[in-house]
Amino acid sequence: MKKLTSFPKTPTGINGLDEITQGGFPKGRPVLVCGSAGCGKTLMAAQFLVKGITEYDEPGVFMSFEETAADLSQNVASLGFDLEKLKKENKLRVDFVRIERSEIEETGEYDLEGLFIRLNHAIDSIGAKRVVLDTIESIFSGIDNLAMVRSEIRRLFGWLKEKGVTAVITGERGESTLTRQGLEEYVSDCVILLDFRVIDQIATRRLRIVKYRGSTHGTNEYPFLIDEEGISVIPITSLQLDYKSPTEFISTGLPALDNLFSGKGIYRGGSTLITGTAGTAKTIIASYFAKGSCARKEKTLYFSFEESPEQLVRNMESIGIDLRPLIKSKLLHIHASRPSLQGLEMHLLVMNKLLAEIKPKTVIVDPISSLVTIGNAFEVRAMLVRLMDTLKMREINSTFTSLTHNGDSQFTDATVDAVSSLADTWIRLTNDQKQGTRDRKLYIVKSRGMGHANSEQNFNITTRGIEFSEGN
Amino acid sequence: MKKETNPGTINKEKLSLQLYVSGMSPKSLEAIRNINRICAEHLKDAYDLEIIDIYKQPELATEHSVIFSPSLIKHYPLPKKILIGTLKDCDKVMMALGIDIDKTK
Repeated sequence: MKKLTSFPKTPTGINGLDEITQGGFPKGRPVLVCGSAGCGKTLMAAQFLVKGITEYDEPGVFMSFEETAADLSQNVASLGFDLEKLKKENKLRVDFVRIERSEIEETGEYDLEGLFIRLNHAIDSIGAKRVVLDTIESIFSGIDNLAMVRSEIRRLFGWLKEKGVTAVITGERGESTLTRQGLEEYVSDCVILLDFRVIDQIATRRLRIVKYRGSTHGTNEYPFLIDEEGISVIPITSLQLDYKSPTEFISTGLPALDNLFSGKGIYRGGSTLITGTAGTAKTIIASYFAKGSCARKEKTLYFSFEESPEQLVRNMESIGIDLRPLIKSKLLHIHASRPSLQGLEMHLLVMNKLLAEIKPKTVIVDPISSLVTIGNAFEVRAMLVRLMDTLKMREINSTFTSLTHNGDSQFTDATVDAVSSLADTWIRLTNDQKQGTRDRKLYIVKSRGMGHANSEQNFNITTRGIEFSEGN
Repeated sequence: MKKETNPGTINKEKLSLQLYVSGMSPKSLEAIRNINRICAEHLKDAYDLEIIDIYKQPELATEHSVIFSPSLIKHYPLPKKILIGTLKDCDKVMMALGIDIDKTK
């Protein structure tokens, strides 16, 4: 039997894509990136070239059939790519191919040798390892002899392979084919499909690897994000249940609460769910978690879906929790955004990006129930599972709050249902009205792997914070 | 417009032409033969023709956005035209170049 060797790959420099493709694009072969207008093909191609230069020292040639060199520079500048600088350093060549139908007359036989020579010249002049052809199908619109163009494009792809460059060829999505001119027939090694969909007024970009010959790859649709740092794809479903389980105990930030657990606190890297109806002090308990984490000098990331950072700080101040110095010392980072700002996938992507950026030890999501406003229960559950898995993998302590609508039917709430079985610790807060006064209670529904108080604990909220009543 | 007295040629303004070819390929040679014949028969001295080998001057091909070989570019008079192919369709070439021929002669 022949010895199995995995063939060499070219890292794309696109966050997440290298993981899905297990190393990047096939080295020295053409890759087809297709999708409808505005789905991010050109940006992906540009990022492949720019990162190739800046991170892997592989010069690149960008042959543009649609945008002039100046337009292209301007368009990708918003992603922080400085094409002009790379051009000056002789690391990048941008060649704009202008095809004007009205200027062209066909007067006999011809071929695309001019394109070959130009490309060859551009590649050799800077020793390019990467090439982008964006969008080569434009040639088809300029002329009548389509059979010639087809055979020439087939020849071009063969030539690129011989030349040993890794080429990204973009193509516009056709009605029943991946690309209008059926380029997928010629590119047999790797085909990537980009998609831009609007569902319930929320737009999501997705990526799928249609084929990748000779390599295993993720087959799902992966959401991706275009922001000021370019494209990032999150390979969210590659996670497995093989994370470590630390045995160290950490404080919840509230000593009286720690005492309710046999280990005097909760496990590091665990997930805690806090549920309760409106006004049961969920955010307050969550803030204690944040404070406790910061007290250990560990970075804390607080996702607030309902309150602005200022509002949260002010409200906590009124009960004696001062978050301001924690924010100032950069231990606490509050990220506030409306759930309806973007789709669930995008929220997850933003969260993942922030996790990578801030590297927190504790993450708080307050509240997860508001995510239901932008997705159905199934989607929210899927998203939360992925988020919790990601946090577990990184041994990040997580706290989720969730609003329940009335004390009795907590199990019917979609988000609680979604998370409760996954959470390691579940704290339920209630707020009963008895003889004209409020009767606040805390109850530990479960705490995996440790003993815990099994009775309801009464507590009050004072200007000094939460105080448990004597004689519980 | 002034009526030309010498049918079959133009002499209003000199044509400015560039023919891009790729080395000595059969198509290149045929295009060179054809343009030389058309110029000699119909243009007398009313043209400037430059023949450029893309292999030798790829920058020029880039500058003028040439991808098809052979390509004949009419730079002047305007409008600019790009005639791609071996230029064997004589009538079409002349029409594109704006050469009037008096067919009655």
